[in-house]
Amino acid sequence: MTGWQTLFYKEVLRFWKVGFQTVGAPVLTSVMYMLIFGHVLQDQVKVYGQVSYTAFLVPGLVMMSILQNAFANSSSSLIQSKIMGSLVFVLLTPLSHWHWFLAYVGASVARGLLVGAGVFAVTVFFGQPGFVAPLWILVFAILGAAMLGVLGVIAGLWSEKFDQMSAFQNFVIMPMTFLSGVFYSIHSLPPFWQKISHLNPFFYMIDGFRYGFFGVSDVSPWLSLGVVGGAMLMVSAIAVNMLRTGYKIRH
Amino acid sequence: MALQSLFRKPPSKIVDLMPAISFKSVSKIYRSASNKIAPEVKALDAVSFDIQQGEFFGLLGPNGAGKTSLISILAGLSRASSGTVTVHGSDVVTDYANARRKLGVVPQELVFDPFFTVREALRIQSGYFGIKNNDAWIDELLSSLSLLDKANANMRQLSGGMKRRVLVAQALVHKPQVIVLDEPTAGVDVELRQTLWQFIGKLNKQGSTVLLTTHYLEEAEALCSRIAMLKQGRVVALAQTSELLKAASSNVLRFKIDGELPEHLAVKARITGRIVQFPAHNAHEIEQYLSAIREAGLVAEDVEIRKADLEDVFLEVMAEKVGVTA
Repeated sequence: MTGWQTLFYKEVLRFWKVGFQTVGAPVLTSVMYMLIFGHVLQDQVKVYGQVSYTAFLVPGLVMMSILQNAFANSSSSLIQSKIMGSLVFVLLTPLSHWHWFLAYVGASVARGLLVGAGVFAVTVFFGQPGFVAPLWILVFAILGAAMLGVLGVIAGLWSEKFDQMSAFQNFVIMPMTFLSGVFYSIHSLPPFWQKISHLNPFFYMIDGFRYGFFGVSDVSPWLSLGVVGGAMLMVSAIAVNMLRTGYKIRH
Repeated sequence: MALQSLFRKPPSKIVDLMPAISFKSVSKIYRSASNKIAPEVKALDAVSFDIQQGEFFGLLGPNGAGKTSLISILAGLSRASSGTVTVHGSDVVTDYANARRKLGVVPQELVFDPFFTVREALRIQSGYFGIKNNDAWIDELLSSLSLLDKANANMRQLSGGMKRRVLVAQALVHKPQVIVLDEPTAGVDVELRQTLWQFIGKLNKQGSTVLLTTHYLEEAEALCSRIAMLKQGRVVALAQTSELLKAASSNVLRFKIDGELPEHLAVKARITGRIVQFPAHNAHEIEQYLSAIREAGLVAEDVEIRKADLEDVFLEVMAEKVGVTA
């Protein structure tokens, strides 16, 4: 193991050691959502014509858990090690800002995908979505996890207190994930709110991801790929620059 | 004290090699938008000096003198406002990867990653530097630092002294040519201090350069062959330890009294509780002080005359005005 691979390994080991918290808990939370919303809305809501609501909900829950956990991994790791001081061990190494970026985002993707797989394995008992285009599933899962991993790096570097991190997570990430169409198709919203949803990059992630299951989506998966890809490049540029200049970690 | 004597070149035989560390006109300004009283603080002011390979070098100074700022810039934890720093010729900014490979830094605070055991932390640290299969060296480090029985213990479970030893091990996993210790024995018990110094001393004898900052001046005097003193971000002394000791008043008159010294004497004295110390250059001065005490109606007990130590030098240097061209 050399250089950035060690940092990647360390970041993965970090979340794996507290697996109950980092993988187990999100899986259980998703089961809760499924039980409650699935049960309540099962026969009331029909999406995409004949798809049952619980089947519709599975990809949404999977994607939501991927996004939230990918964000949590990099952001919590950075802010904890910053505040506790253990970040110094990484700062003293010859690793470049690219190495840092690859390792932290990579570990976020690893956690995101692991949690996603766990959530899928459990919720699929409640509703079975199709597997029309599995490649799209993989592409959006990885891109989504990566982008939230990058956002986690930005949040982790920017926050100086746990409170600020909490604010970022609860007032930015969570609303964006919840209001991206996880629990509903945006067609059920009034036109104005539909337009607002189209401005949310998270919507495209979930829409493209769902296309991989059902072969049906609100917008073309290629458009979703373009939007998510573009957003990913933009936030990556910001994150890489923050790492390069040592923003808030090298004075 | 002749201040020129405080700035001496190191012994010529080792000047030919590239310096282990070279500070060239390093300045650091901290800007704080929120601090209205001191929006701009100049922590370092054109600090320039070299540390030769194989030296055991001491960096002394009161709190706030800039020692930690200088070390942070050296380690890459901070960036200088101006000036350059090189480690064995590698610039710490433009060639940071090589510079950091040659440096092993033991930070001042007892920081640790709570997720890992001692061995995991050391393996991970080795991996950051691109070293695979470092277990043999890690075992040697653990053994030298009496940590073998704690190798598989979680970092959280260790005492302060053990955590300190792990910090030293972490700094050495990649066998750096230059070891930097930032107040390594602050709050450390006597036994651990001995262990650490024996170990570091051995590495120094094997060729590693050591840069040490400390407040324990008797330690600096015992270990360091050359010393730089920082005051308010400027180098106010830079010489061999032996030269510094010679340059100070060669003796110190020390005694205990009950009661207060008169004003004109108190300003010249170093007073610690009942103990009073005066710098004395010769017997005549000693006699003058003692008669002044007698005239003031005080009785001096436990009178002794001792050689000046580094603490005396330090206090004399710090008390003097800065403004020396060297």
